[in-house]
Amino acid sequence: MQIRVPKTKRAKRELDKRAPKLVENVKKTLILHGTKTSAVLNSVLTELYHLKRDNAVKFSKKNENIKPFESGGETSLEFFSHKTDCSLFAFGSHSKKRPNNLVLGRTYDHHIYDLVEVGVENFKSIESFEYDKKLAPKIGSKPLFAFIGEEFESVDELKHLKEVLLDFFRGEVVESLNLTGVDRVFVCTALSSKTILLMHCALRLKKSGTSIPRMELVEVGPSMDLVVRRHRLPSESLLKEAMKTPDHAKKIKNVTSDVIKGKTGRIYIPDQKVGDMPLSNNIKGLKRERREAKQNKESKKRKTESE
Amino acid sequence: MEGSSYQIDLGNLMAYDPNHHFQSIPSSRGELVNHCLEKGTEMVQAIANSLFSLPSTESRDGPVVKLPLPTTKLPREKHLPKPKPPTKWEEFAKMKGIKKRKKNKRVWDEQTSSWKRTHGYDRANDDRDIPILDAKSTDEVGVDPFAKRSAEKKERVKKQEKNRLENLKKAAKAGALPSHIQLAATALPITGTKKDVPKKASKDELESVAGMAATSTASGGKFDKKLPGEKPPKHSGKHRKFLPVVEGKGIGSKEKQQTEKILNQLLSKSSHEILDVNKAVTMFNVKKEKQRKKDKDANPGKSGKLKPNKKSFKKTSTKKKP
Repeated sequence: MQIRVPKTKRAKRELDKRAPKLVENVKKTLILHGTKTSAVLNSVLTELYHLKRDNAVKFSKKNENIKPFESGGETSLEFFSHKTDCSLFAFGSHSKKRPNNLVLGRTYDHHIYDLVEVGVENFKSIESFEYDKKLAPKIGSKPLFAFIGEEFESVDELKHLKEVLLDFFRGEVVESLNLTGVDRVFVCTALSSKTILLMHCALRLKKSGTSIPRMELVEVGPSMDLVVRRHRLPSESLLKEAMKTPDHAKKIKNVTSDVIKGKTGRIYIPDQKVGDMPLSNNIKGLKRERREAKQNKESKKRKTESE
Repeated sequence: MEGSSYQIDLGNLMAYDPNHHFQSIPSSRGELVNHCLEKGTEMVQAIANSLFSLPSTESRDGPVVKLPLPTTKLPREKHLPKPKPPTKWEEFAKMKGIKKRKKNKRVWDEQTSSWKRTHGYDRANDDRDIPILDAKSTDEVGVDPFAKRSAEKKERVKKQEKNRLENLKKAAKAGALPSHIQLAATALPITGTKKDVPKKASKDELESVAGMAATSTASGGKFDKKLPGEKPPKHSGKHRKFLPVVEGKGIGSKEKQQTEKILNQLLSKSSHEILDVNKAVTMFNVKKEKQRKKDKDANPGKSGKLKPNKKSFKKTSTKKKP
């Protein structure tokens, strides 16, 4: 066996960035397409890439051996995910049976975690919207989400889609947020048990009487209807493993540190029940033979009891 | 999270309305969009209400609020890092109670009487800088102590490498190999010999591959277009050296050299290089004469036939003929 270490410090830093951590990096997205794509699908993929510019990778080649829902067709996807360190992917393909097909998927440890296949309809690209350019949301700003519709709770597919969309567009999980940087929102409305309308809008904050500004939505971005076709949920064990949170440090009980004594703990001894204690058979007053006879009787009794 | 009709997840800046459903989808697209925008505005306002009422601090870019943790759980992208198993030294140190001591970057060097760094180039107390070693009673006569010291150091380094490999294997087994280290198998495969292991082409080999392939063209690769950065092939053209046709009178010096070389090679094959036969024979004869003389003086009466046969134990190099 040989130990292979990166030759440069830069390579080492890059490898450490990709290592599993307690608090993870932003999830990167991989955008690619299959053998055949339509014009609509091409613009969908490019606009998705523009929305996620900083942490997305877009491939331009056709990939004919990727079929996410089939058992053998995922190896290429997993390989790309490993090489580009992307845990989200959007795979577009177009066929007669499934026109304008978009597969949104997530990976765990660079293996496929779950998939949602949606069809894109009524797509309107960014160029077709007219708005004041000053309102345009900046790349990398944290978006707001608005999910409308009871179907997001009741229907399995839409519940899954909601989770996937949240994961896709969420961006970095931050502790502190600059309120002036809040400038975009994704509005998803459930139209039926299978279709949702996804809109991307910019926010305009208007002066109101109180310190809380009044919000105004201006449609800027792509808007499309997503029709859920197929979906695959993760297996139970995989779900459980992926949802594991790091252990919170267990509270150690009964340990106190004193400046003088040092680390101290208390020992609790239960009360002795003096009345119930059996007297010993080793009575010194008795003569030896009698004492031993008594002892043997006791041990014999114990033996027969245990048998 | 307020008690409004929406479920708000402030950590994710998300609002969800569970009580809405379309009785009838509006007929025109525009109406639908407007309806969605209206509802969206309401929900965004609700988020903003709770967001802006969080305690904010002023920074140079604007008001900054501290967001709570997100409530909707999303799956991780990689597994949780596993704790490293303790190394062999760490276990030993724990058992013995040895604690780590901080080392200084500069140490006093006795030889040069100056402060030098502890590790690295031009370090203090380096093994190689010792000019004189005192002889100890335990030292053997023919042993070079400097060579012995460097051999010992090499042994120590090898042992350390082995231990490091064992520790890494243990960590890899527990799934906690450090992210920048890879363990690669260099052992022979189970079946086959060393020849079957595909050898990785070296840089030099790859550089000359194009040139070698070009020699198969009709013009020997002379007029092939070269790619930018491709170097001209080495060992191009000549592989045999021919002597000049005319070189002065009789046998020229170069031809003489050539023939001499060949002759020497031929003769040396059939000769016994170690033993000069003539000289050996004369030596043997002289010795025998001397011995005869001595014996005659010592034992004048004994006959020569009872003398023991002295066999020479010298090994002569004889090449077995094929």
